[in-house]
Amino acid sequence: MSRKFQVLLIAFMIAFIGLFLVWYKVSVLGIPFMPHEKRSVYKVGAEISFEGQNKAALVSMALPGAQEGIQILSEDVASSGFGYAEAQTKNGKRAEWSKRKVDGPQILYYSLEVLIEPGEYNPKPPLETFEQKKESLSDLPNTLRNTAKNLLDEVRERSADTHSFAAQLIQDFNAKEPSQAVKILLAQGGEEKFEILHRLLRYRNITVRKVHGLYLENARRNIALTPMLEVYDGDTWQLYDLNKGKVPRDTNFFIWKQGGDSLIDVTGAKKSNIRFSINERQVPVQYLLDKKELVEKAAVLDFSLFSLPVSEQNAYRHILLVPFGALVVVLLRVLVGLRTSGTFMPILIALAFMETTLIAGLLMFIIIVGIGLIIRSYLSSLNLLLVARISAVMIVVILIMSFMSILSFKLGIKEVLTITFFPMIILAWTIERMSILWEEEGAHEVFIQGGGSLIVATIAYFVMSYSFVSHIAFNFPELLLVVLAMIILLGRYSGYRLSELIRFKSLAE
Amino acid sequence: MFANPFKLKKQGILGMNKRNIHYIGGENNRKYYPLVDNKLKTKVIAQDASIAVPKLLATIERQSQLRKLKDILNGLDKFVVKPAQGSGGKGILVIVEREGDTFIKPNGQRLALRDIHRDISNILSGLYSLGGKPDVAMIEQLVEFDPIFERYSYEGVPDIRVIIYKGYPTMAMLRCSTKKSDGKANLHQGAVGVGIDMASGKALFAVQHDAPVTQHPDTGYDFSQLQIPHWERILTLAASCYEVSHLGYLGVDIVLDKNLGPLILELNARPGLAIQIANQTGAVKRFDMIDKQVKGADVAQRVAYSINHFGVK
Repeated sequence: MSRKFQVLLIAFMIAFIGLFLVWYKVSVLGIPFMPHEKRSVYKVGAEISFEGQNKAALVSMALPGAQEGIQILSEDVASSGFGYAEAQTKNGKRAEWSKRKVDGPQILYYSLEVLIEPGEYNPKPPLETFEQKKESLSDLPNTLRNTAKNLLDEVRERSADTHSFAAQLIQDFNAKEPSQAVKILLAQGGEEKFEILHRLLRYRNITVRKVHGLYLENARRNIALTPMLEVYDGDTWQLYDLNKGKVPRDTNFFIWKQGGDSLIDVTGAKKSNIRFSINERQVPVQYLLDKKELVEKAAVLDFSLFSLPVSEQNAYRHILLVPFGALVVVLLRVLVGLRTSGTFMPILIALAFMETTLIAGLLMFIIIVGIGLIIRSYLSSLNLLLVARISAVMIVVILIMSFMSILSFKLGIKEVLTITFFPMIILAWTIERMSILWEEEGAHEVFIQGGGSLIVATIAYFVMSYSFVSHIAFNFPELLLVVLAMIILLGRYSGYRLSELIRFKSLAE
Repeated sequence: MFANPFKLKKQGILGMNKRNIHYIGGENNRKYYPLVDNKLKTKVIAQDASIAVPKLLATIERQSQLRKLKDILNGLDKFVVKPAQGSGGKGILVIVEREGDTFIKPNGQRLALRDIHRDISNILSGLYSLGGKPDVAMIEQLVEFDPIFERYSYEGVPDIRVIIYKGYPTMAMLRCSTKKSDGKANLHQGAVGVGIDMASGKALFAVQHDAPVTQHPDTGYDFSQLQIPHWERILTLAASCYEVSHLGYLGVDIVLDKNLGPLILELNARPGLAIQIANQTGAVKRFDMIDKQVKGADVAQRVAYSINHFGVK
């Protein structure tokens, strides 16, 4: 069997396996081959802090339940040394942390990933009039009873139905110059506005529930839950913000807890506090599908990249692009004959470009290498040994990079701050190689090879940052087998390079 | 702007990919590369096979030997210092004359002993070798160039590159240094390549930077007058390198000494393609003819075959 035949056979076998797996995933498992639109996934984190008092501590936190329009994708708990359990109460789930002996400041983390589902929000009527304790004005002290009754009657006069009643009442409490009745209730009721409003609505036998939630927005830190009242008029639910009055039920309002139970209960510790943070990221739709349904569907996918933790998945998103960069390098070397400085240096430069953006990256690369060459030419007159010289160049590169970062930060050019994505050691080697080239072959060759490297890097950048390529690279890593087969075939290409058609032109006549 | 690739193929022009796959990859066994990449090893195997090379006067392997440099150079007036694993002519120091402790370079520059000391020290620390590996310095007898080349060379070393395929001399060119190439016989840097007729040793074409020229750009002499003496001896010497190097695709660099005749300067396991432009002929046709020959021909038979079949004039 000739070597050529072997190469062909292996290449076709590899390509066939790759294409078969892709076909299987697309037509049997129904993974979309083309990239789809992206969705926002929000990571909502709760951070509970408290101080232990050298005794057993029990922390209980209300957990959000399922809700219309927002899907909880995953949850995660981090609490070193604490026992963790989830408990079901009649008002929903609660998370419970416990530890026998707790001392000093402690922090517990709980986080969720949620997805806003597209479509209208249609709240369902209450299943039952849950937790609607019978309350009457007689619960109030005598002095306040009349004030409250008068206020309710007066508001009732001004309103047409349940919703307008609630809106008017809240408006009274938010007025710049509140009425005498409101002032008295706030001053002497001994409760917060939220509780008083809830109570007043209950006196009129209005179905109302307390709601605590978060607006899902990007990059929020250190926030508390927003309290809301939700009023039911026998037909629809309506949300009321304590300060703004009637608010539409936004699709991005994520309800953390409903009802009157406390958000956190801490026993055996003091200074307890809970803060929330929210972060948004864009995730293509099919990743969400994959995670939820497909992994259950096919054992093949148990070995897919989706089974890795999200942070590792992100790392692979970059690594899987490298073969496509390599394909570009091989194509340009074998078919076109572009000379580059260092065979795979352009791929690393292209990866850096993906972080810095192309134009900024090209400029920074040229500036760093240019300054580096000047300094390297002085170092060469010192006659240093190779390893020492390259290390010296590398330190100079780092100094240039940090100087550029500081300068640009002061000037307010934030693109330059991404300079750290350039691989320093590769830059140092590039400078070294180019400076040797300059001495041995002249400036002409430096421009040819430096330019060649940048052309290859730019093309590799365009290929690797093309969203379709990154989509198929991540969703169909089997396609790497096809890339491998192509590279193997190109490795046996013995025809002319494009550059040779120019070089040998005089011989063709 | 572009040549038709089918025409090039018909002409038998060897391209870089085919060279790498079929000729270097197919005919050259990697394990023999160190024999040609290290000039000291090349010299040793060539001398063992009684192939003419410039005489090795001394080798310096360790910095400590440099203390005795004065003793080593004692009695040497004309010599060349070169790194055993250097490339592209880097680190080569040529001394043509000596006045006591002053050494004179071809361009008249005068060096003291400590200058030579420093140059050798650089060689040993790997300044000129590939990847900065520690190297060995060789002190060689100076080749006294045949005066025939004086007209065709500017300040430098003209040498003859012969491609040996499976032991058969296939193609040859003379490389003449120019002002542009800074006295180096390197075609990349602007040296002139002159294609040489395999039958007669006469010049065929001359190219500089892949473009044809008729006369030397610095000396002005017409290349068509050029005829290389001892041509058959040169081919025989080049062809005999096949047996010692074990490389099927080999470049042999030869210099002509006015007293000693042709000497092997170095061997190359990856000879380039520019020789085809200097000869205005593709190499593949000749390689294919050689592939059809029966194996086991001796040096004389192979040289005779090349002279009879590859001549143009």
